[in-house]
Amino acid sequence: MEDLSLHILDIVENSIRAGSSRVEVSLEKKTEGKNPTENILYLNIKDNGSGMDENTLKIVSSPFYSSKEGKYFGLGISLLKQAALETNGDFKIDSKEGIGTEINAELKMEHPDMKPLGDIMLTIKMLRLSHPEIEFVYDNESNS
Amino acid sequence: MKLKPEDLKKISEKMEASTNLRSGAGRAKITVHMGTCGIATGARDIMKAFLDELEASGKKDIIFTTTGCAGLCSHEPMATIEIKGESPVKYVHLTKGKVKTIFEEHVMNGKIVEESALGRGSERVG
Repeated sequence: MEDLSLHILDIVENSIRAGSSRVEVSLEKKTEGKNPTENILYLNIKDNGSGMDENTLKIVSSPFYSSKEGKYFGLGISLLKQAALETNGDFKIDSKEGIGTEINAELKMEHPDMKPLGDIMLTIKMLRLSHPEIEFVYDNESNS
Repeated sequence: MKLKPEDLKKISEKMEASTNLRSGAGRAKITVHMGTCGIATGARDIMKAFLDELEASGKKDIIFTTTGCAGLCSHEPMATIEIKGESPVKYVHLTKGKVKTIFEEHVMNGKIVEESALGRGSERVG
C-alpha cells in the first residue's frame, strides 16, 4: 500500500464484508513529551459487524489467514500491522463475535518508514458513494 | 475537523444528488473489486474514474458498488459490469483510459470491450 488512506479503505472494506451497518474511523495526532519528533498518529477503526471468535482473533493478523473459503492468504490486516510496527509503533485488534471489531494502530510520524497519509477524504467519499446503506463516521484530530 | 453523523448525511445527500447513484431502476451494475490486492494496484482510482464517468453521463439507472478479492489478484485492478438480463463480464488490468472505453461502450451501449475482458460469469471465491 502506498499510503495510510489506502490501508484505511482496505480495513473498512473488511468491515463492510463483515456486515457492519456503522463504521467509525478516527485519526488523532498526539505529541508525546516536548520533542516534536515524537508525534504519534493514532488510528482507530471500529465496526459493528459480525466480529470474530477468540481463536480467529489470534490468527487474523497472520498473512496466511483468510476468512474466505478456498483462499489461504489475507494481507489487509497484516499489512497495516506491518506499516505501524515499521515506525516502531504499535498495533492492536480486538473483536467480539456478534458485537464487532476494533483496530488501534499507533504510527510514529517522524520515523523514516512512516507512510504518507494520502487522500483520506477520497477514501471516505468512495466508501460513502459505494455503500450508502452504511453509516461512516470520520473523525480527524490530526490537523492534516 | 470533526464530522458528525448529521454532517455526513448532508455530504451524502449532496453527493448522491450530483452522481445520481442508486436512483432509478438499475439497468446496469458496476462492481469494483476492492480487496487488498485491488486497492494496492489502484482500485480506488479506478472507482473514482467510473464515478466521474457516471456523473458526466447523468444516468440514473446505474448501480455502483464494491466487492472483495475475486481470487485473481494478478489481474487487478478489476471490475465487473452487469447489464440487466445479461451475464456479468469481468474486466482486468484496468486503467483510467480503459474505464472510459468500458463505460462508453459496455455500460452505455451494451457492447462488450473484448480486449479488456477476462470472461463472463461470477467468481466463487470471496
